[in-house]
Amino acid sequence: MAYDKFTILKSSAVPLPIENVDTDQIIPARFLKATKREGFGDNLFRDWRYNGDDTPKQDFVLNNPIYSGKILVGGHNFGSGSSREHAAWAIYDYGFRCVVSSFFADIFKGNSLNIGILPVQVSPEFLDKIFQAIEADPNAELEVNLPEQSIQIVATGESESFDINGYKKHNLMNGFDDIDYLQAMKQEISEFETERIY
Amino acid sequence: MSNQASTLFDKVWDAHVVRKIADGPDVFFIDRHFIHEVTSPVAFLGLESRNIGVMYPERTFATADHNTPTINQHLPVADPLSANQLKALETNSLKYGISHWGLGHARNGIVHVVGPENGITLPGMTIVCGDSHTSTHGAFGAIAFGIGTSEVEMVLSSQCIMQPKPKKMRVNVNGKLGLGVTPKDVTLYIISKLTTAGATGYFVEYAGDVFENMSMEGRMTVCNMSIEMGARGGMIAPDETTFAYINGREQAPKGEKWDKALAYWKTLKTDEGAVFDKEYHFDAADIEPMITYGTNPGMGQGISKSIPTSDQVEGGKATYDKSLNYMGFHENESMLGKKIDYVFIGSCTNGRIEDFRAFASIVKGRKKADNVTAWVVPGSHIVEAQIKEEGILDILTEAGFELRQPGCSACLAMNDDKIPAGKYAVSTSNRNFEGRQGPGARTLLASPLVAAAAAVTGVVTDPRELLQEA
Ligand code: SF4
Repeated sequence: MAYDKFTILKSSAVPLPIENVDTDQIIPARFLKATKREGFGDNLFRDWRYNGDDTPKQDFVLNNPIYSGKILVGGHNFGSGSSREHAAWAIYDYGFRCVVSSFFADIFKGNSLNIGILPVQVSPEFLDKIFQAIEADPNAELEVNLPEQSIQIVATGESESFDINGYKKHNLMNGFDDIDYLQAMKQEISEFETERIY
Repeated sequence: MSNQASTLFDKVWDAHVVRKIADGPDVFFIDRHFIHEVTSPVAFLGLESRNIGVMYPERTFATADHNTPTINQHLPVADPLSANQLKALETNSLKYGISHWGLGHARNGIVHVVGPENGITLPGMTIVCGDSHTSTHGAFGAIAFGIGTSEVEMVLSSQCIMQPKPKKMRVNVNGKLGLGVTPKDVTLYIISKLTTAGATGYFVEYAGDVFENMSMEGRMTVCNMSIEMGARGGMIAPDETTFAYINGREQAPKGEKWDKALAYWKTLKTDEGAVFDKEYHFDAADIEPMITYGTNPGMGQGISKSIPTSDQVEGGKATYDKSLNYMGFHENESMLGKKIDYVFIGSCTNGRIEDFRAFASIVKGRKKADNVTAWVVPGSHIVEAQIKEEGILDILTEAGFELRQPGCSACLAMNDDKIPAGKYAVSTSNRNFEGRQGPGARTLLASPLVAAAAAVTGVVTDPRELLQEA
C-alpha cells in the first residue's frame, strides 16, 4: 500500500506517558474483523477512549482538544504484544506519522516502517524532556528530521539523533515499499527455491 | 567455510538468506507460511491492486481459527463480519490454489496446533504467519515468528521477507521440576524474571535438561510464549523426542526423504563454544506453579506469594498502580483464595492433548464449582478426537464440564466467547492485557493444573494441594 513520503515533520505532539502500551490497547481484537483497510483510526485506543456506551472518556488524551499533532509520544516498550498490523494502521489512519518512545516492540516497529510511520527511539532522559515540554506547553512542537536522523524540541533547541537502517530510510523518504524490491529479484529467489530441501 | 562454532539459530538463519542488503535487512526465504482469516484479507487485496500473484501457493496453508464460533460450527456463522472474513479466506485460498482447512474440516483448528500435528512444521525450517505466537513452531528447531500483513503480502508474492538478523540469547533451565510445575509455569517464570521487554531484539534458544526432558507439547507451550518477553521467537534443538513426534504424521517426509531429512536434522544444534549475545541460567527447583496478578504476562509470580509492592517491580509506579487498579487487586495481598468467575482452558499455548490430560487429572472425581463458568476448548479437531478417545470427555462430563469446538475462542475474544467486564478468569492462554478476553475482563494466566484447581474450588488454589490429596 502506498504511503506519503517522509522527510521532515514539524508538529505538535500527543503525549501518552504510559509504559508497555500493547497492541490490544491500540486496537482491540473485536475491531479486526474488516476485510479492507478502512476506518481503523476511529477505533484507535478504543477502550481507553470510549466508555462502554460509546461516550468519550473525558480524561483520555485523544479526547482532550488541547493536544493535537502528527506525532504520538508513548512510554517505554510501546507496541508490545500481537503482530496485528492493524495497530499501525489505526495510528496512521488517525493521522499520526511518527511515534516517539524510549523503546519499541520489534514487530510493531517493523510494521510501522512498512506502512510509512517513522518510529523514533530516544533515550529515556530525552523522552522525559519531551513530556515536560508538552506539559509546559501543549502546542510545543517537535521537529523530526529523517535525512539527518535527528529529533528536536523546537522551543528549547535540544535535540537527539536516532537510528534507522539505510535501506528503510531510503524507502521512507521515497515512499517505496519492500514488495517492489522483492518483485524485482524474483529470478534470484526462484533459483534459491529450487535448492531448498523442503 | 569458517570453522567457527555457530548456534542453532545461526545455522538455520544463514541457510535462508537469499541476499544481504548493505546497511539493511536480509532478504529471507520462507519455507512454510500459515495464514488465517484475520490478517490475510488486506494482503490479498494488495496482490490484486498490484496485479501480482502467489509465487509458491504450495508453501502456504490456510486455516480458520481466530474468529470461529466454538459451538454449533455446522450452522452458518451468525456474526456477518466474521462470516465475511471466513468467506474471504476461503475465496482467496481457492483462487490462488492454497490448501484451506476451513470451519468444519477434519483438520481444522488453531494454526499453531494444526501445523505441528499434521507434520507441516519440521526442524530447520523458516515458518511465518500473521500471528505473533508463530514462535510456537520453534519447539521443533525451526525459526518461526509472527509477521504483519504487509509481510504476509510479501511472502505470498515472493516467498521472502526483509528481516534484519536479531541478536541471540540462550535461556538455560536445569534441575528437576517439582510436583505440579508444568511447562507453562516454566515460561511464566522466565517471563517474570526477564519482563515483557527483556528479550526484545533477540531470538531465544532454550537449553538445559528441563527442556531436554520435556514433551513436544510442553516445548511448544514454552516457545509459544517467547513473544511475551519481547523475543521475536524461541527455539529448542531437535532431538529424539522431536523425531519421534514427527515420524508418521500426515505431511512428514517418508522413506528415503525421511532418512535424508533426519540426517540433516541431527546437525541442528548449537556447537560447543558458540557465543550468545546474552545468556541466563535458572534453577528448576526455584519454580512454583505460577499465576499472574497484573495486565502483562511479566506480572506473574509463584502462586503462594503475595502481590509485590511497586518498589519491588521495574517500571513506573503510575503504570503499576493503573494495572492493579484495573485488576481490582492491592499490593501485599495473597492470590490464594481469590474468588474467580470463569475458567478458560484452550489456545495455542495450552490447547493440546497433554493440557487436557493435566486438567482432567485434577478434575477427576471432583465437581465444577457452582460459581464458575468454564470454557473447555480443544486446539483442533484432532485434539478433540483424542479427548474423546482417551476417556477425558467422560471425566469432564462427570464433573460438570462441557467440551466446546476448536478455535482461538476466549484467548482473544473475537468471537462470542468474551469474559464480561469486571469478571475474573483463570486462563491457560498467553496474554492478560486489559480487555484481551473482552472489554473490562480480568485475566489470570496460569497452567492447566492451576486452571483445573480454580475450576473445582471456585477460588485461586494451589494445585499441589489437590494433587497430594488424590
Ligand atoms: S489461540 Fe490466541 S494466541 Fe493462539 S493463534 Fe489464536 S488468538 Fe493467537
